[in-house]
Amino acid sequence: MPLHAYLVLAALVFVIGLFGVLTRRNAIGILLGIELMLNAVNINLVAFSRFSGDVAGIVFALFTIAITVAEVAVGLAIVIMIFRVRRTVEADHLDLLRG
Amino acid sequence: MRVLIWLPLAVLGLPFVSFLVLALVRPLRRRGRAAGVVSMVATGLALAGAFVMWWEGFNSVATWSWLPGDGGPMATVGIMVDPLSRTMLVLVALVSLLVQIYSLAYLADEPAPSLGRYYAYQSLFAFSMLGLVLSPTFLQMFVFWELVGLCSYLLIGFWYDRPAAARAAVKAFWITKVGDLGFIVGIVMLWALTGTFEFPALLRMAQEGTVPLDGLGLIMFLIYLGAVGKSAQFPLHVWLPDAMEGPTPVSALIHAATMVTAGVFMVTRAHALFALVPEMLTLIAWVGAFTALLAATMACVEGDIKRVLAYSTVSQLGYMMAAAGAEAPSAGFLHLLTHGIFKALLFLGAGAVIHAVGTNDIFRMGALFRAMPQTAIVFIGGTLALAGVPPLSGFFSKEAVLGGVWEKHPGLPFAMLALTAFLTAFYMFRVIFLVFFGNRHPGGHPHDPPALMRVPLWILLLLTVATGVQLGLGGDGHHGPGWLMPLSIALALGGIVLAWLTYQRGLIDPARLAAWLGPLDFLARHRYGVDAVFVGLYRGFLLVFSRLIGWVDRYLVDGVLNVVSAWCLRAGDRLRHIQTGQPQDYVYGVAFGVLLIVVWVQWWQR
Repeated sequence: MPLHAYLVLAALVFVIGLFGVLTRRNAIGILLGIELMLNAVNINLVAFSRFSGDVAGIVFALFTIAITVAEVAVGLAIVIMIFRVRRTVEADHLDLLRG
Repeated sequence: MRVLIWLPLAVLGLPFVSFLVLALVRPLRRRGRAAGVVSMVATGLALAGAFVMWWEGFNSVATWSWLPGDGGPMATVGIMVDPLSRTMLVLVALVSLLVQIYSLAYLADEPAPSLGRYYAYQSLFAFSMLGLVLSPTFLQMFVFWELVGLCSYLLIGFWYDRPAAARAAVKAFWITKVGDLGFIVGIVMLWALTGTFEFPALLRMAQEGTVPLDGLGLIMFLIYLGAVGKSAQFPLHVWLPDAMEGPTPVSALIHAATMVTAGVFMVTRAHALFALVPEMLTLIAWVGAFTALLAATMACVEGDIKRVLAYSTVSQLGYMMAAAGAEAPSAGFLHLLTHGIFKALLFLGAGAVIHAVGTNDIFRMGALFRAMPQTAIVFIGGTLALAGVPPLSGFFSKEAVLGGVWEKHPGLPFAMLALTAFLTAFYMFRVIFLVFFGNRHPGGHPHDPPALMRVPLWILLLLTVATGVQLGLGGDGHHGPGWLMPLSIALALGGIVLAWLTYQRGLIDPARLAAWLGPLDFLARHRYGVDAVFVGLYRGFLLVFSRLIGWVDRYLVDGVLNVVSAWCLRAGDRLRHIQTGQPQDYVYGVAFGVLLIVVWVQWWQR
């Protein structure tokens, strides 16, 4: 399989993730979208690493996976806190920072 | 050698130190009489120093660099002691001291903090006037000129909660400011022409004839304007009668003997420069003579004793200027000195009368000779000097002035001055007959003033007599023709006789006399409309202009700012709605921005 196939795949996954972030009402749905975007990045990194023979890409991918995990943990904690206070996780209702 | 420098500096510095102490040390100032003592000690020591310098005939000029410039300092400060300033120093210090002593009793009813403020101002004035006299440059003289103007404002408006006093102070300031404007412009133009501010250099250039004459006439006219304002020449004389709102000792000091004479002093100092423009001297002489006559006519119809003396001062200042303009500056200066003493005497005497009777109105006084004999005697003595009766000092100085004017301008100016002499005797004795004689009784128990007021009065009278006798014995050649002396005596006696007939004997009815001189009487009572002109100019031009500027400031200058600020606020209010508070909208914005950047990189960076 040529390199560009993987890149196209990663791009598609990224765009699908972005679409999810922009349109889903549920906060957890938004977090899932962010997950997808981060995983698309991982696909990109690993694909380049495989096709150039340089192991740095895989190492970078490991780092991003670890960071993703941390970020999801914090994000879910925040969503739970918000639910406890405002009794909703619907993004449309979370506009306290409205100008 | 060092004495020659530190002595004048001490004379100048002592009143300044007194002022600083009184201005800064509040507890001292608030204890009225103590402040007075500080001021009087300083002034007394200054007088001692001035007297020593006068007696020993010191001459010295010392200057220090002030404003730097290439090829030597642009302006200097320093002191200049010569015969002119020596004598003036003694006059200023002496009258200042006597007035301060007198004030202690005259203002005894004044609350102590107020009295302290008075003495602080008196010290400042003494310093300013002494500094003016000692100035070796035009620029330094101007600084002190303005300072004495400030002191005049402060002291005229001393009772600042009286609206009339406050208005009079402002009026004095405005009117003299007109003159001062001309003065400073003239000084700077003179510097541009000659390259120096300093009197010794300028007078030397004038004598050597190295002063460029091109444009000098305008320059000297502008400089003369300063003297017109300060020495109350027509038409800038209108502030002096109103300045009588201040306490009487202030009137005696500032508006009789010292500040108003600053103009005459300056003209005398710079006489060599004025002499280079003969037309200027002629103008000075004519304006002086005219002022003298005009003021004398106004004094004849005044009912306020201080205003009579004020108009009299304006009139005598006219005499001094006329002499200066007639190339007899020494005669003018002599009159300045003698007038300073007997006019201060008259004002302080009037103060004693006012203090005793409680009013300034001469028509509410009468028969005070019995009640206040000492006051009456000194007042009559001063009046005789003013009228020009020998052997008092006024006679000799007035005769010197008349002689000088006769030599140079024997026509109308001399006639005006002669008529003024007649009127002077008349209006002063009018006051005497109305106040000290007659058979009206003002009520209350008027009596001679306390010693602190009486002693200065007697000292001044003694000085008047002594200087008169000395001038008579000295007899440094009578100026003018031989018939001048009998003429001046005749004019004086004529005025006295007319006043006697009108006010004492009642043979001439003053009302009918006024009616006979109908239009003149009307004009004199309305001050010839000069005041009205100034009020009209002030309201018509200055205030209108101020309102216009105010409108421009409020609606145009502030308007621009207000409009811009309103636009900002409205724009902000509209942009506010972008912030929905929903993070998804923000992510959308970021994503869109990234898209734009990618497009830009791909397309535009070819």
